[in-house]
Amino acid sequence: MDARRCIGSGMCVLTADEVFDQDADGRAVVLRPEPPAATRDAVRAAVELCPAAAIGLSTDR
Amino acid sequence: MGEPPHVVTTMPTTRRPGCPFDPPAELVDARRHGPISRYPFPGGVPGWLITGYDLVRSVLADPRFSSRRELMRHPTIDYGDIEIPPAPPGEFLLMDEPRHGRYRKPLMGKFTVRRMRLLTERVEQITAEHLDAMEQAGPPTDLVTAFARPVPAIMICELLGVPYQDRGSFQEQVDSFMNGETSDEDLIAAYTSTQDYLAELVAAKRANPTDDVLSDLTDSDLTDEELRGIALILLAAGLDTTANMLALGTFALLRHPEQLAALRTNPTLADRAVEELLRYLTVAKTFLRTALEDVEVGGHTVRAGSPVILSYHTANRDPDRFADPHTLDLRRQDGGHLAFGHGIHQCLGQQLARVELRVALPALVTRFPTLRLAVPPEQVALRPETADIYGVKSLPVTWDG
Repeated sequence: MDARRCIGSGMCVLTADEVFDQDADGRAVVLRPEPPAATRDAVRAAVELCPAAAIGLSTDR
Repeated sequence: MGEPPHVVTTMPTTRRPGCPFDPPAELVDARRHGPISRYPFPGGVPGWLITGYDLVRSVLADPRFSSRRELMRHPTIDYGDIEIPPAPPGEFLLMDEPRHGRYRKPLMGKFTVRRMRLLTERVEQITAEHLDAMEQAGPPTDLVTAFARPVPAIMICELLGVPYQDRGSFQEQVDSFMNGETSDEDLIAAYTSTQDYLAELVAAKRANPTDDVLSDLTDSDLTDEELRGIALILLAAGLDTTANMLALGTFALLRHPEQLAALRTNPTLADRAVEELLRYLTVAKTFLRTALEDVEVGGHTVRAGSPVILSYHTANRDPDRFADPHTLDLRRQDGGHLAFGHGIHQCLGQQLARVELRVALPALVTRFPTLRLAVPPEQVALRPETADIYGVKSLPVTWDG
């Protein structure tokens, strides 16, 4: 999550609110850096929908 | 390189009679030839028209395409060598970074998903009040003036802190910028009186801050002039867009009774229905960009300085992205429409719009189960394509009282 790129659209929260939230400045914050498997599709969609390409997905463990 | 591009010579094109919800046929046809077409701008300036979903999205995310007002060319008017001034302070829609960020950043926290959802109850209240008033006055009514305009107008005015008694006249002024039919003279008059009004409003907020976004912003390093520009953008965007989504959305639902019935009987459909109406109608239909350097787009070179028209409504009907794109299907699963744009300028107020639409539309169709058009559909007066935001001028409706 690159907070400097975030434009506060809220798309990630709308798409996967178990994993993302916004702080008081509107910037996205990651609630669960290792999202559970059940949220995987939603997280992928959130990455895809982010208008500012501020979220990345890593498969590293 | 590649095939010679398709050429589109007429803009704006008009919609086919009987198809008020579909993008103009020339644009849909251009998309069939490929996602990017040539469009000669007036004065012999070579420009481009992008109608494909992926390309629209990639241009919107690409900082090599500028939103600066002074670099824009009008798609239909030849201004010759007249120098266009940069956007005034605060009007951040027509700026690039870092100027844009100076205004967007302090606003981001005011329009979060969480904050907007907290407004749900207030939207429900305002919606119910207006539906009550409609019921009491009895059929028929113009849905635009009775419902579609006042609900979002009250919300954005309360959020920003525009006093209740000023709303009516203010809304009229803003409407005259947006309806696409105001003469230049009246446009300048409306712009000037709005600027004067906002100057007074900003001064009032500075002197006596209240609980609203504009008052909050006076507690920053933004100047009065900047605050005025921000207020203008927020109010214009907040008043006109959702109002047209509500009215045109109702018109679309009335023309698709099986979809309307699904929404009425299945409240859990509301979120998806709102996204689908946003995609299907895309009232903020086209935006402009200018290439800052030579950029390869879809196999063609867009030269530095070239103007580009991005057709959001056609992109949202791209068959490569949306299955059966010209069908309104409230159960549709494929998200990712461009109705709020993409990239750094993506609509700041989109979460407010979502809350308003997901409350107001189901409430309307549930309260009036026999709601129908009061005139034949071809007599519903539509906004011209020259309007920035598409919609209906009025929507005469009736119901069994």
